[in-house]
Amino acid sequence: MADFLANLGSFWEILRHPLGGAACLAGGLLIIISSIGVLRFPDFYTRLHAASVTDTSGAALVLIGMALMAPNWLVLVKLLCIFIFLFLTSPTSSHALANAAHVAGLQPRIGPVGAANPEDKT
Amino acid sequence: MAYFLGLLAALVAFWFGNSGHYKPLMLGFGSVSVLLTMILAYRLDIIDREGAPYVRLPQLIKYYPWLAVEVVKSNWVVIRACLRAELDITPTLTKVKTVCRSDLARVTFANSITMTPGTVTVEIEGDKLLVHGLYESGTEPEGFFEMDKRCAAACDPKEAR
Repeated sequence: MADFLANLGSFWEILRHPLGGAACLAGGLLIIISSIGVLRFPDFYTRLHAASVTDTSGAALVLIGMALMAPNWLVLVKLLCIFIFLFLTSPTSSHALANAAHVAGLQPRIGPVGAANPEDKT
Repeated sequence: MAYFLGLLAALVAFWFGNSGHYKPLMLGFGSVSVLLTMILAYRLDIIDREGAPYVRLPQLIKYYPWLAVEVVKSNWVVIRACLRAELDITPTLTKVKTVCRSDLARVTFANSITMTPGTVTVEIEGDKLLVHGLYESGTEPEGFFEMDKRCAAACDPKEAR
């Protein structure tokens, strides 16, 4: 049993680096996708939605990947702190941006955009 | 007093997590800095229910996994919207009424809406939230009922419900 557990431990030591690398790559891919969304969407508010993919799943996946590759538990605690701060501040900053635009009088574009709207041929 | 001890425990745990040194000199510096922070927090008068929200922790721990699943689900929707060959979004503004009573519950609800991609809270007025959404189907006021209920259960004090 102890032998099996030791094997499992060394197996995890080998496995966690590729796993962490894959998670980081996936997070980077999500961030690229959300940048594409930011470039494609028509107005300020819809671009904010695309950017919030970076805030949530992109950042979370990159942090999970780094946590899997962490050399010791101190690094893990720091990554956890970063995660908590991002988790609390990123929706607050999105809300601050949206609220500032709303207070300044920027009207959001309402109704269908693109394929669903016949006037919108690009 | 309970808030005091909660803040103390959190600060000590934070210090150990960030330093990793166990020499007596370093431990001394650590305890001095923790004590200084406690005195400052006491002088600022922020040791209260919102400064040390550990009483709500069990309910919050039940709430956040559910929120994480919702975030992943709506992430998928937004990612598909970003990558579709032709844009097919219908931006919408809706008013959502919340049943949350305390400020903490309302902030949690508004933050949860903002955190799920595809919906952003634009403004809060009393118990009404102005929500901007990427798709019309995902932004009906009925769609937020469950999140609202769960936020109220997680953050509102028992007597206010």
